[in-house]
Amino acid sequence: MRKPTAAHEPLIRMAKRGEALPAWQSWGIRILAFLLSLVVSGIVIVAISGLNPTTVFATMAQGAIGTNKRMWVTIRDAMTLLCIAVGLAPAFKMRFWNIGAEGQILVGAIASAACMIYLNTLPPVLLILVMIVSSLIAGGIWGLFPGLFKARWNTNETLFTLMMNYIAIQLTSFFVAKWENPFGSNSVGIINSQTKAGWLPNLLSSGYNGDYGWNVIIVLIVTVVMYLYMTKSKHGYEIAVIGDSENTARYAGIRVNRAYVRTIVLSGAICGLAGFVAVSGASHSISTDTAGGRGFTAIIVAWLAQFNSVVMVIFSFLLVFLQKGAQAIASSYNLNQEVSEMITGIILFFLLGSEFFVNYTVHFRGKKVSKA
Amino acid sequence: MEASCAIKMENITKRFGKVIANHAIDLELREGEILSLLGENGSGKTTLMNMLAGIYYPDEGQIYVHGKPVTIASPKDAFDNHIGMIHQHFKLVDVFTATENIVLGLEGEGKLDLKKAGERVAEICQRYGFDIHPDQKIYDMSVSQKQTVEIIKVLYRGADILILDEPTAVLTPQETDKLFQIMRNMKADGKSLIIITHKLHEVLEVSDRVAVLRKGEYIGDVLTKDADQQSLTDMMVGRSVTLDIDRPLPVDPKPRLEIRNLTVYDELGVKRLDDVSFTANSGEILGIAGVAGSGQKELLESIAGLYPISNGSITFHDPASGQDKNLVGLDPMDIKRAGVAMAFVPEDRLGMGLVGSMGMTGNMMLRSWRDGKGLFVNRKKPEQLANDIWKELEVVTPSTAFPVRRMSGGNVQKVLVGREIAQDPAVLMTAYAVRGLDINTSYTIYNLLTREKMKGIAVIYVGEDLDVLLELCDRLVVLCGGQVSGVVDARTITKEEVGLLMTQHRKEGGAHA
Repeated sequence: MRKPTAAHEPLIRMAKRGEALPAWQSWGIRILAFLLSLVVSGIVIVAISGLNPTTVFATMAQGAIGTNKRMWVTIRDAMTLLCIAVGLAPAFKMRFWNIGAEGQILVGAIASAACMIYLNTLPPVLLILVMIVSSLIAGGIWGLFPGLFKARWNTNETLFTLMMNYIAIQLTSFFVAKWENPFGSNSVGIINSQTKAGWLPNLLSSGYNGDYGWNVIIVLIVTVVMYLYMTKSKHGYEIAVIGDSENTARYAGIRVNRAYVRTIVLSGAICGLAGFVAVSGASHSISTDTAGGRGFTAIIVAWLAQFNSVVMVIFSFLLVFLQKGAQAIASSYNLNQEVSEMITGIILFFLLGSEFFVNYTVHFRGKKVSKA
Repeated sequence: MEASCAIKMENITKRFGKVIANHAIDLELREGEILSLLGENGSGKTTLMNMLAGIYYPDEGQIYVHGKPVTIASPKDAFDNHIGMIHQHFKLVDVFTATENIVLGLEGEGKLDLKKAGERVAEICQRYGFDIHPDQKIYDMSVSQKQTVEIIKVLYRGADILILDEPTAVLTPQETDKLFQIMRNMKADGKSLIIITHKLHEVLEVSDRVAVLRKGEYIGDVLTKDADQQSLTDMMVGRSVTLDIDRPLPVDPKPRLEIRNLTVYDELGVKRLDDVSFTANSGEILGIAGVAGSGQKELLESIAGLYPISNGSITFHDPASGQDKNLVGLDPMDIKRAGVAMAFVPEDRLGMGLVGSMGMTGNMMLRSWRDGKGLFVNRKKPEQLANDIWKELEVVTPSTAFPVRRMSGGNVQKVLVGREIAQDPAVLMTAYAVRGLDINTSYTIYNLLTREKMKGIAVIYVGEDLDVLLELCDRLVVLCGGQVSGVVDARTITKEEVGLLMTQHRKEGGAHA
């Protein structure tokens, strides 16, 4: 007498996959999760508002890419987010948790704005170059401090970079007060609104604010260069080894502390550049909201793309698309802004949750032997 | 028939993804016997036993305890069925006493009565001859005493079926004998025991019956009195294997690496190496013997430039130039730049010797990433080297880009040893080079090391299996508590003498709090 099943097998068991899934299957799971998240958000929309989900999704698309102008704004914001994510990638790949992108963006933005205000008589091209360089340096310095402390005294970079954010916010408040225009408005206003000095011009036509082609070009150059740096250069190799095991890195003769400082400075510099793109290529102003939480959102982008800067392009667009679409729903159906946040939350939940199914299998009770 | 079995596993299958760890295994443990579960690494011994201990749950099959069908879905279920497993890695709280560790996690009525518990522990010790004091702190204990606490822990919980997972791996020959005596005592008391091991002479010494697994399949069982080393190896490997290591005499040995008065401290200020001196010669294999944690790791890492040295000298005699080079204070890159070709196979393969997430090519680059001018790495040569090692050492991997973390232990080690030998070193250091490897791969590694020795390389071999150390090496340095307790000729000394040297200084050197 053989009993095929045990007396009370557990209902659900989880087991790690013995080997990795082929790429098409793991991406299939992720795409499936995305579609599923749309269905669930649809259900939630119906449940709380009674609206037809397909029209809601259509409104989202309309809001994000419905007109030429909206399309460019979406592209512009996606590019800024991408720039930050690309900047974070080398630090995170090295397991250096740089959550100080907010601050690095802000100091980059301050540097750019300062150039626009004090150097507005320089020739346009030169001024832009000076702005780029100074934003890179400012962001780099903001990364240098936590990097040096980590290398020298092994301080916790998570806390350090986080606290540097608050310093950068206070610094921004200071400069906003200093550059206040008009007096008493408590804001900097549009800088050089007459001369457009330090503004990134249109790429496809003359003038300003018609397209954001230069934003795209600058950020894509950074993205491609970063991709090559990470995959082909000696520094990129060092970063990958340190991220996997610091002991292996030391064993291989890598000067770990030097690599830490160098990489976090690079990371901060590119986040600083994102501050330049946000000021010169978008708002032409500066406030404590210039970073606007994007330094944190970019962490999600970097992780979802597994630090591959080319894949980050997709996720930056996805997140910005969702944000814009959600704002559109909120305004056109008179829904609270929180509803849009919920939808973004649902979609991210599914996308992040899908990683579990990429790495684990789930067995249900009696499934394998139920035929016996 | 079934009533006379303490445990009967029927048709047990366990898969991890596509990998079948155990396939349709039928295993019996009879009442009051000591069963050896024998098999090469990766043959599924530990997986099978983990299903008895409630750590894994079988995909198919049924387990009977004393003839009754049971479900073991958690370690608690295992204890309820009086099954206790002593794992390879101890799970003890250092600052607690033996008794506190033993009662830890037990549910009981009312207030915890440590005194009564201590009395019961003392009573168990008395019964089986353990030399543990119930109030002794774990940090004051030797490895073998810690293991004893683990054994008492399961006995205290009322286990009458005990599973020991490679218990002798960390013990000296004397401690092993003591453990075997305790196992026999427990058997005399009516307990049933399973011991997992791959050391054949231990199997023959302690067990009544041997069950053999190979590649997840149950091969069969034999009574120990009908078996010998050769027949068991053949069962385990599936074909006939010669068990002799070829040991040619060293040709023209000359001092290559001289260590004098080396002393190091760890981060907490504990002395790890104490006035260590020896010389490694070219053309010979110098074995380093010692109980685990006697300073082997620190010694090799100091030589490789990975451990801060507080005192002493390390001198390299360059055979090409005839110059002496000091290695103290240099990091691995400095050592390489100084022209010292040093190869090092560290104990922690994936945590120090290799990058787990990279493939073979990426791992070859660990030794060559800096070569060539410019910003970019050269992948051509490492790729070529990876392909050579792949073929020459028969590494099982789908491609040279497949992450080494996903390879089996033996293949990981082949990649590491292959890379280090390919550097054409003057000194080759290996730490536990065959740990976790099957017999075939182990012999491949022994042969590689002997081949390097005959090329005139100074080979340093840190090992744990005394039989192998005595068969493979030319000379032995015995470490004990961070001190050298003897430098001996491996051809003439006996295992027992080495065992004594391994424990000689333990009172003064090893008992730091």
